This record gives sequence, structure tokens and C-alpha cells, in this order.
Amino acid sequence: MEQVYIVLRHREIPDIDQYETYVAHGGYEGLRVALEQAPDEVIELVKQSGLRGRGGAGFPAGVKWGFVPKDVFPKYLVCNFAEGEPGTFKDREIAEYNPHQLIEGIIIAAYAIQANTAYIYHRGEFTFAAQQLRRAIAAARAHGWLGEDIQGTGFTLNIYLHPEAGAYICGEETAQLSSIEGHLGQPRLKPPFPATHGLWQKPTVINNVETLTNLPMILRHGAEWYRQWGTERTPGTRVYCVSGHVVRPGNYELPASVTARELIFEHAGGIWKGHRLKAFIPGGMSAPLLTPEHLDVPLTYDDLAAAGSMGGSGGVIVLDDQTDIAWVIAKQVAFYKHESCGKCSPCREGTYWQKMLADRILSGQASRRDVELLKAVSDQMTNTCFCPLGEASRMVVQGAYKYFADELYQWVEERRRAVEPAAV
Amino acid sequence: MLRENRSTEIEELLGHYPEKRAAMIPLLYMAQEEYGYLTPQAIKEVADILELDPTDVYGVARFYSLFYLEPVGKFVIRFCTDLPCALVGAEELYRYLLETLGLEEGGTTSDGIFTVQEAVCLASCGTAPVMQINFQYFEHLTREKLDEILALVRAQGLPPNGKGLRFAPRPQQQ
Ligand SMILES: Cc1cc2nc3c(=O)[nH]c(=O)nc-3n(C[C@H](O)[C@H](O)[C@H](O)COP(=O)(O)O)c2cc1C
Ligand code: FES
Repeated sequence: MEQVYIVLRHREIPDIDQYETYVAHGGYEGLRVALEQAPDEVIELVKQSGLRGRGGAGFPAGVKWGFVPKDVFPKYLVCNFAEGEPGTFKDREIAEYNPHQLIEGIIIAAYAIQANTAYIYHRGEFTFAAQQLRRAIAAARAHGWLGEDIQGTGFTLNIYLHPEAGAYICGEETAQLSSIEGHLGQPRLKPPFPATHGLWQKPTVINNVETLTNLPMILRHGAEWYRQWGTERTPGTRVYCVSGHVVRPGNYELPASVTARELIFEHAGGIWKGHRLKAFIPGGMSAPLLTPEHLDVPLTYDDLAAAGSMGGSGGVIVLDDQTDIAWVIAKQVAFYKHESCGKCSPCREGTYWQKMLADRILSGQASRRDVELLKAVSDQMTNTCFCPLGEASRMVVQGAYKYFADELYQWVEERRRAVEPAAV
Repeated sequence: MLRENRSTEIEELLGHYPEKRAAMIPLLYMAQEEYGYLTPQAIKEVADILELDPTDVYGVARFYSLFYLEPVGKFVIRFCTDLPCALVGAEELYRYLLETLGLEEGGTTSDGIFTVQEAVCLASCGTAPVMQINFQYFEHLTREKLDEILALVRAQGLPPNGKGLRFAPRPQQQ
């Protein structure tokens, strides 16, 4: 399969971050189409396109918009540009290189749900992307696409940038709402869902950058056009972010039905240094790893779920055969321990124990018992954490044990022999 | 001082939200820019603007890793050692950086120029290893490149902020 540029259009049109260039290539045409329709018709079209949320959960965008009550005002739209899932770097490319298409997408979504205020919640680290977005917002405003009475339709929208400040959990939608409101970025109980009780308890839709950036093209070309790529249940393209032990890491926008084999071996050039593939993590670091036997699985949400992992954020992390699983696990749980927001004890305490045990295993001071205990702790965390952060921490460990438990036992035995030869 | 120095910006900012409290994070960044780090005075000024208790503001500031509650150097280096970067040698390179500057994690050089912090994924894993200096990206790092960047920044400050790399091949890896 060839790459198809629906969101990474700057790959073909280099100056597309300039307003004039963007407009010369059909920019703001999708919004024009949207504004000629009733908001409900826009929602219907997006439902028909089958566009699914690219932030991690893969929830159909049009369906989510449909949950917003019509008669409660004000409403809010939040663009989730927190991009913190390790292995994910697509939203930053979109915002830096193709900012107008994101802004146009935000306006379309806001119109569909009739929100008059939108916030772009961006990572504090993304200073250049924020500058690009600010520039794009100013140009859109100057040309009557933002502000009061947009293009004489009576619809008003203001977009504001809101920085986050270094906490992975703020990528989770309800934590994000708390963070915007100026509280600690900790998740809230669902239900009620943000669609009815979001920012300041008002109806709020949260969508990922890539999700929103698809909208202008869908509005311009229609649902059928969009459905020519991907599968029935995961239509369109996805931007897969390939990192780790490949020859050509980077973002690849491909029909969502592409297989891991094609992505890793054709597009990303295969495993570096002539090594072999040991495992790959298909949907950002929080997705359980898969092995070479899964290479022919299409990278859609459903196929990956059926294979025991998840589509997540589209970050594909590739591990070669020289990689020690004990080390991978230690890196993963260290991340979740560091990022646990501390709200619930299964996650706060669970990730603490996971890290301690994983470090002990890695150091070679561990026994078989510790390897068992790490699994037991992870099993105890299952379905007890308040939000998916803690669940991710136990899932990645469980996933690694599924295929590499033997390697872990062998690891501790060999290390013990090396450390204390008299004991064996 | 914050209120006096940035009054137009603050007024505009407060207009973005139905409740003042929501301006917390942007204001804390502003205060950090003014004072270098979040001094008790800076926290108090933010609290006054938001009509909140300083302990409340302090509690929020403490939650986030990009707010500095202690003095930092002129340039804060945040070096990513998360899994995808670590797969291509980031941990070893991070140790080299600490060694070169004679620092421990979180430390600041005695001349007050560089502070070094270990960072989680910076959304640049395709061009790893990677770090930020005062929120600007430096990608495809090697020992040689690190030496060069440190010398350059020390002598001339930061280059203009710009787009991240996209297509440049990774040096010597195949
Ligand atoms: C721990 C955690 C971190 C998340 N981080 C992000 C993120 O950085 N960016 C993002 O778009 N979604 C993230 N999500 C998913 C959001 O909660 C939410 O599902 C998404 O923003 C909805 O937008 P979408 O429907 O367009 O995907 C995260 C979820 C969890 C549980
Ligand atoms: S892991 Fe280092 S930038 Fe993502």
C-alpha cells in the first residue's frame, strides 16, 4: 500500500502552513460545506464516514457528538493535544506542519455541536506547535472563519490555546477537564460523561488532534470517499508512528488496514543492523506487546483487540532480538509509577510495587519468587484502578508475561548464578 | 510585579474562561518566566490575581513537572530516556550528558547556565535520541552533537525555534 495523505498533506504541499497555500489547495472548503448544512447534518455525515477517535479509545466521533444535549448552553469543544503516550509523535507533526487543517477541523466540530468556545489543550513542551497554531488562528480570524458571525451564518466561535504543564494523566479526557479548570489533573468518575457534564459541568466534546484534522477532507469529499480506505469498522487512514529498532523510524499515514509486517518491513525499512524482530508494541507504550506471529494482523482497532492488544494511539514501538524483556518491563513500569496521579491506591501502590520488583529482576538480585510476585501484583491491579493509566501498567506486564515469562525466569537464574555463584 | 508587568496579557487571558481559576496554569507559566522559578512571592501573586489561597495554587504547581519550585539554570535541558528513545541509546547518552556537565539528575552547573532533568516521552520518538532546551527540540542526538550543542548554546544562546525534523535520516544506523 502507498501512503495516503489525508492529514499529513504537508508531505505533498510543503508550505501548507501558510494561509494562502492552504486555501489554494481547498483549505476552508470543508468548513464552507459544513456551514451550508444544519449542524445535525454535519453530525450525520461524520457518523456515516465512520471516523473513529485517534486519541486512543477509537470511539466513533459522530456518535460522541450525538450525545451532546441540544438545549444546554454554553457548550465547549476541547482539542486534545496532550500527546504524551510514549511512542506517539503524530499530533505534533500535524500541528507544526499542517496547522490550518486542524483549526478548520476544530471549527467544523464546534459548529456541529454548537460550541462557541474551543480550547486547544497542548503540552507545555510544544512551544513551536503552539506558535504555528496561534498564527493559523489569527489568519483564520482575519479571513472571517473565526470570531463573531462566521461567514454571515450567525455562528460564533473563539479558539484559545491552553497549555498543560507536564503530567501524562492530563491526556485522559476527564483529567484534562480538571486541569483546564485549574484543579489537579486527576481523572473524574464517568458517568456523567463529558458530553453532558464536561467543562464547568457543561456539555463538552474532547477530540484528538488527528481526529479533528480528518474532518475538513471528509466534509469536502464525503463519507464514501473517506471509506475507500481502511475497513468497514475502521475506515480511512491512520498515522502510524514507528519508533525503536527500525531502519526508517517516522510517521506513516496509511490505510488503517495495513498490516504490521508491511508497516515495519516495507515502509519503515525493516529491523536495523540486520537484526531480527523480537516483538512490537502496536498502539503506544500502553498497548500489550505482540510477537512476529502477529505480523499479519491489520493494525485496526478491532483486529488488534482480537490479537490481545489495542490500537491505542498508533505508536508502533519495534524491539529487535537483542532487547531484554526484563529491561523493557522495567522501563514501562517506571513510566507508569512516575506518572500515576496518586488518586487511587491500586495504581499508586501497584505501580510502586511493580517498579520495585521489575528493578530487582533487572538488577539480577531477584529470585523466581520475584518474577511470580510481579505477575501477581499486576493481576491484583486488574479492573481495580480508577482510570486506564493503572490498567495500562498491569496490561503491559501481563502482555509481556504471556510471551516471555520463560525468558524472565531464565534471566533471574542466570543473573543469580553470576552474582552469587556459591548459592547454586 | 507580575500584575504590573503583564497586565494586558493577564486581562486577555482571564477573558478566555468563565471562571478565573482556569487561568491557573497559564499564569503559573507567566510567573515562572518573570521570576525564573516559582518563588513564594510568584505563587502569592498568582493567588492574588485568581483570588485563591496561595497553598491552593502551590498544590497545583507541585502536581506538574514543568513548574520549577527551586531555582534552575538559564537553560533547562530535559532529556528523554523513555522506552522508545532508550531503545536507540538514550540512557547511555544521558549519562554522558550528566558526566560532561559534571551533574547529577536535576542538578545545575555552578555557573548557573545549565540544569539537567530526565524527561518522559517528548513526542519525538521518531527522531530519537532527543532533548529539549528551554522547550526547543534537539533531535538525532549523538555524543558529538551534544558537545556541539552545549558549546553553541553556552556561547550564543538558543537558535530560533522551528519545526521538528521529519525526513532527515538517522545518522549511522542501519
Ligand atoms: C492515561 C491516558 C492518557 C491519554 N492521553 C491522550 C493524549 O495524549 N492524547 C489524546 O488525544 N488522547 C489521550 N487519551 C484518550 C482520551 O482520554 C480521549 O479518549 C480522547 O482524547 C478522545 O478523543 P478521540 O475520540 O478523538 O480519540 C488518553 C487516555 C488515557 C487513559
Ligand atoms: S520516547 Fe523519547 S521522545 Fe518519545
